Amino acid sequence: MQNTVEKKSASVIVIGGGVTGLSAAWWLARDGVDVLVIEKGIVGWEASGRNGGGCTHYQSPLFHEEQRLWPQMDELLGYPTEYRRERVIMALTDAQLAQYRDHGDICADMGYEYEMLDGKQTRELVPLAGDNVVGAVHYHFGGQANPQRTVQAYAWALQDKGGRILQHTAVSGIITVGGRVVGVETSLGRFDCEHLVLAAGPQTGALLETIGIYLPVAPARAEMIVTEPLPLMKIGGVDGNGLYGRQTLRGNLAYGGGPHEWLEDTPVTGGTIARPSTQLLQNLSKRLVELFPKAAHVRVIRSWAGIIENTPDGRPVIDRLDEPGNLTVTTMSSVGFGLSPATGHAIRDLVLDGRCSFADIDKLSLDRFANLPRDWRARQGWVPPSLAA
Amino acid sequence: MEDEEAVSDFHAIGEKHTQATEQAELLVIGAGEAGLAAALEAARAGVQVTLVDENPLGAGLIGMDVPLLFGNRWTAAVQNQGRMLEQVLSTNPGLEEAFELGVEVKLGTYAWGAFVAGPNLRSLPEPVVGLADETRSWLCGFKRLIIASGARDLVFSFKGFETPGVVGALGFAALVSKYAAFNGQRLVILGTGELAVKTATIALDAGLDVAALVEVRDAPQSDVSLMVSRGVEIITGHAILEAQGNAEGVTAAILAPVAGGEARAIACDTIVLAIGAVPVIDLADVAGSKIARAGGAYVPQQAPAGVFFAGDCAGLGGDAAASGRAAAQAALSSLGHEVEMTAAPVATPAGDTDAYRMDWMRALMTTGGLEVNACTCEEVTRRDLLTVQPPRYLDAPIAARDLATLSGDAPPSQDQIKRLTRACMGPCQARRCREQVAMIMAIGTERPLGSIALAGYRAPVRPLPLGVLAASEETAEMVEGWNVWFGIRTQWVPYADIGTQREIERAGRMAHF
Repeated sequence: MQNTVEKKSASVIVIGGGVTGLSAAWWLARDGVDVLVIEKGIVGWEASGRNGGGCTHYQSPLFHEEQRLWPQMDELLGYPTEYRRERVIMALTDAQLAQYRDHGDICADMGYEYEMLDGKQTRELVPLAGDNVVGAVHYHFGGQANPQRTVQAYAWALQDKGGRILQHTAVSGIITVGGRVVGVETSLGRFDCEHLVLAAGPQTGALLETIGIYLPVAPARAEMIVTEPLPLMKIGGVDGNGLYGRQTLRGNLAYGGGPHEWLEDTPVTGGTIARPSTQLLQNLSKRLVELFPKAAHVRVIRSWAGIIENTPDGRPVIDRLDEPGNLTVTTMSSVGFGLSPATGHAIRDLVLDGRCSFADIDKLSLDRFANLPRDWRARQGWVPPSLAA
Repeated sequence: MEDEEAVSDFHAIGEKHTQATEQAELLVIGAGEAGLAAALEAARAGVQVTLVDENPLGAGLIGMDVPLLFGNRWTAAVQNQGRMLEQVLSTNPGLEEAFELGVEVKLGTYAWGAFVAGPNLRSLPEPVVGLADETRSWLCGFKRLIIASGARDLVFSFKGFETPGVVGALGFAALVSKYAAFNGQRLVILGTGELAVKTATIALDAGLDVAALVEVRDAPQSDVSLMVSRGVEIITGHAILEAQGNAEGVTAAILAPVAGGEARAIACDTIVLAIGAVPVIDLADVAGSKIARAGGAYVPQQAPAGVFFAGDCAGLGGDAAASGRAAAQAALSSLGHEVEMTAAPVATPAGDTDAYRMDWMRALMTTGGLEVNACTCEEVTRRDLLTVQPPRYLDAPIAARDLATLSGDAPPSQDQIKRLTRACMGPCQARRCREQVAMIMAIGTERPLGSIALAGYRAPVRPLPLGVLAASEETAEMVEGWNVWFGIRTQWVPYADIGTQREIERAGRMAHF
């Protein structure tokens, strides 16, 4: 597959080679749809490839589908995702434990099994845990995967099904004629399509704005750290104490959490892609040592930052619009990786059938923001820090 | 929502960052020739200078080949911090002058990060450098920063590379000259350029034996006549095939003719890689410098405001002390001092650095084959790289892709190869493999070495323990406002509850995991 795509059209164009766009394209390619993903950089290079890898999203209408699909993904894609089942959320305070129990109960109400562990049981299951752990919830569902390997797996799988990916190509605008999308303008010229899927992360808002549709998203920067490898624990998906993350299959501890920095609105073509990290790695290290006191000697070998967008209520938009009727827009509002198998399925359904076949997603439509004041970011305090003098 | 008054986001970074506990008007990282000259120049002008150097290194990092390839060829002396400190002081007389001029000298201190406001980073209260010793980490604020982080070893691997006694030229020089803790006697040196001759001279002057200098090209790459007269054999047209040895370490270097033919063994206890060196740009990259390729190396070309570079980290060769003085003068001038600027030294032309290194890489691949680990930490072979194999622990080899097909998809990115194969992902932070992975990528994609984009450096630029890096103090804002994810009140409310009374009850109580 060469970057010089000779055919400058596709039945469906997906803007954005992140995990949501790639999954959607893969689902479409599986149905034989002529699909083209246009990505401004490298597939999965932004937040899709630099997150905690969690696959346990009880709050989402796509939760059941997420849980159904993950155990099958390696086989369906034909490439490894490093998915590992089960989660343990460790509490160091009674308040944390109470909160984690609440989550367990919500999942139990939906038919998923979990159990409460006391400190001793937790230490037996999690060798790195210390005397400070008061307990944990152990989910017999959910899990985690390797984001970097998963995005590449989607990309290769969709190419194997005949889909195309155009990297290093920035989309600058959406072309409509008579209330329908007919194509997109890119750094390589115009590409025509019959249906457009917009899954461009922080740029989604600005791209929609080019055809006068308002989708409110605010970008922010968040950080993670990773240690050298350790012997594998029985369950990799162990977190808690204000951290999300996992022990990777290689054995590294990869964890994030803590304060985010709001950024200026992202321009259409993505703007600056600087992803600096900061001394927050000291604060992350502190909480990770608290979580795993027996890992205090383990060396931190990297930190990194990712840029993610949020909608005003923090919930996704997954919506095939009324007008243009051949435009499907998505933002997962900072929680896209784990849900991606299900999100792709939902988008495939919206594009081909007009409605999601396996879940009610009506409350994720864009029109819930119809009356949102344009200065919503300032009103919510979701604004970049003012530069220090 | 319309009627809500503007609020601040309790969970955003706001005023949460840890504050610096130390301040420097001028902070200099690295007390080598360039950094020391910079510190002295600025101190003489009356500026408050803090000079940080990681020597003597802790035994832990030496054992990990950080920052140089020490190759397990040190004596137990390196574990005696007191003795090492004396050794470092006695071999660097300029430090005494720095003390006399009132420079705050911090030895045995790691600089693991440099954080400066820039694109997508506004929240820092001030620019800081992250420092650490063996027990704790802290932040030092600065008005001006001079990075003089020097050079590190250019490493090529070969069969038996991990045997104790395979060392880098700079690691060797540090063990001999700085630490007096070298634990070998008879050397085979790879390379015949100026670095190799310099290395051999250090060895001979220290009373060690140099059995041979080895060169893959057909002729020595510098004047080796003095070496010949001192009894060193010059072996051209040969590559190293294997470091033969036992648990004690190397016993022989097996050399193979590049053009084919019978290999020969040379008895030795140490094999020194002296083919080239690499500017240490990790801190410069983390600080947000623009990095570009010049003279066969990636070097910082544009610094963030208030940051300057001196010595080998800005480009190998040249007059390091003059480079240090020039950086200090630029920093002084930017602080409003009247300074007489001496001319910054002109970097020496690099010659055919890339071609020479690629000759070595090709010769090693021709003679040694593809089953040799290119990345030692993660055990990624040359073949794994060329065929973009997932790591062994997955036991899921793929056949449909290789470097060439990946290169067809998009220009090859070393960071992408790193993610897919795990090459360069290990605890040595790619010091032993970064350059050779790029070279193998250039070979696999048939592109010039200079077109392989730099894999970014990340803090901490020294692999330090969690317990050392852990913040000892935090702002109250950090403690109170910490949230696992964004802390958006409505984000984690179960979907079924949206629009019901339960949504109001649950808002803000749920969290991400």
